[in-house]
Amino acid sequence: MTINIENEKQQDTTEIESSRRNFIFGSVAAAGLSVAPGVMLYQTANARSLSEKASSKVRWGMLVDTSKQVDWNKCVEACNKEHGLNNETHSRDDQKTQYIRVVDVTNKGTGYSMSLPVMCQHCEQAPCVDVCPTGASMTRPDGIVLVDRHRCIGCRYCMMACPYKARSFVHEVLSDQTENTPRGKGCVESCNMCVNRVDNGQDPACVEASDGAIVFGDLNDPNSAISTLLKEHGGKQIRADLKLNPGVHYQGI
Amino acid sequence: MKKLHFLEVEGNTKGFYTFLGLFGLISVIGMLAAYYMEHNGHWVTGMSNQIIWGTPHVFAIFLIVAASGALNVASISSVFAKTAYKPLARLSGMLALALLSGGLVVLLLDLGRPDRLIVAMTKFNFVSIFTWNIFLYTGFMGIVGIYLWTMMDRPYNNLTKKAGMAAFIWRLVLTTGTGSIFGFLIAREAYDSALLAPMFIIMSFSFGLAFFLLVLMGSYKYTDRELGDYIVNRLKNLLGVFVAAVFYFVIVYHIANLYSADHRGITTFILADGGIYTFLFWVVQIVLGSLLPLGLLYGPTGNNRTMIGLASVLVIIGGMAQLYVIIIGGQAYPMHLFPGMEVSSSFYDGVVASYSPSLPEVLLGLGGFGVTLLLVTVAVAALKFLPASLADAVADPHSK
Repeated sequence: MTINIENEKQQDTTEIESSRRNFIFGSVAAAGLSVAPGVMLYQTANARSLSEKASSKVRWGMLVDTSKQVDWNKCVEACNKEHGLNNETHSRDDQKTQYIRVVDVTNKGTGYSMSLPVMCQHCEQAPCVDVCPTGASMTRPDGIVLVDRHRCIGCRYCMMACPYKARSFVHEVLSDQTENTPRGKGCVESCNMCVNRVDNGQDPACVEASDGAIVFGDLNDPNSAISTLLKEHGGKQIRADLKLNPGVHYQGI
Repeated sequence: MKKLHFLEVEGNTKGFYTFLGLFGLISVIGMLAAYYMEHNGHWVTGMSNQIIWGTPHVFAIFLIVAASGALNVASISSVFAKTAYKPLARLSGMLALALLSGGLVVLLLDLGRPDRLIVAMTKFNFVSIFTWNIFLYTGFMGIVGIYLWTMMDRPYNNLTKKAGMAAFIWRLVLTTGTGSIFGFLIAREAYDSALLAPMFIIMSFSFGLAFFLLVLMGSYKYTDRELGDYIVNRLKNLLGVFVAAVFYFVIVYHIANLYSADHRGITTFILADGGIYTFLFWVVQIVLGSLLPLGLLYGPTGNNRTMIGLASVLVIIGGMAQLYVIIIGGQAYPMHLFPGMEVSSSFYDGVVASYSPSLPEVLLGLGGFGVTLLLVTVAVAALKFLPASLADAVADPHSK
């Protein structure tokens, strides 16, 4: 909560800095158009320095098209690699961390079945954030839900509250961690929408590995690819009845 | 009614040191179990990412719920002005503090990072029911502490009624808070019910009084003090009322859930096809923990101390089973990401989660009971909590 307030305070100044930086990055990108065309330019223009706070003008989200014939396990593998997961040596399978999993769904009545990746849904009204006693579970102003691992006391109330089973508890001492995702025994963790990559102007790892089946972008920007797709083709949220307004949307469910 | 005389338990006796050693040992074993869990990480326990809260939480929540219930005897004396309960009010307040301490120790030592207690005490998210509970628990300690002071320090006796009223209101809020830890979890079918808060309150009445009766009868037996039938029979009749009230709430809770289509799955799971949870519900919670104690307390054996003690033990065992079913059974039943669909995944979607309590978890939980009883043992020897006699001539207000 404190973080949000600080962010609000600094938002005005950082937005000015941000627009200046975007202008400079934009100019550089425009100059290099012929050298490195495409997505890369857009991404560089959105990079954010560490000193710059996340802006509430942005709401990052994902749109998963389940109708596309994609091997979703590639997303799982990319996630595991990015965050250095699956490195437990003692934990049982039901104790191992999974940020993203492939869920197979079958309609008992019709026999129709499909698969889809499920990760933290980055809810606007996140139950995990509401129940966290210390404020370790938090929502960034740009909509990304994450855990402050210096503040998490390991009570696991957030895991009890999450309707998506999106969180895991670190059951043992871990080694071989990746630089961007420090993980500690006794803390809760979950998909952080690859916040390190997003802040660097890149797409989350699962998006990159999805062969275009997951689109990442700013839900607040009506002209972003994700907003356009949602406007044209619609999308659904898992357990929309709970009215948590997740940032992850699905097509074909 | 003769004049009431409070007296410390003689500390320098073999019996006292035996109890001190026994409860101290149970506490130390519990602490060692916690150290083992914390040192290795929770992989050494039966808990997982599916069964998030396990046996330590069953023990901790039992002790915390029983704590507020143990205060009832004092409340009946101070708030509802029943003089018969006045001799027991000090023990009631002290036992409430001891039970809460035992429960909180277990809850704290099961944290993933118990070393970060200072974070929990300094960084607050006031939307969280856990945060409210941190204030409710510490506030309870303070208010009951003051309440005990007004009872035990004669110049302040005139404040006892006010302090007792404050403690009574606080304890109702506290148990509402404990019940709401579960009651507000919209994600899980087993917990999503406003009935849980009042049900936890009535559970606290029952568990707390059962524990109180055992401590009372035990301490009078082992210190060779007189404990008359008048007071014991009043308490056991009250316990019977509370056991019946919990039984009533359990029936209403399950019937309400059966009528609601989206809660029918968890209810049939618990009542019919939940394996160990169904067994614990019907055999331990209902038969052993509710019906048998009612028979023992109100039947022909109603005046037999051994049977009253047995009934109290059964109420506690039944209460533990009830919390096991609520806490662990409620998590074992799968959450429905896609209601009405069949789901499966590598993260155990759509399947009943398996859980077997590990030895360290059980030892940590028992350690909570050890801490509680250790505190009680020290307290009755250090301060004047117990009347020198509770013979009918002393305890019965109508006795000449």
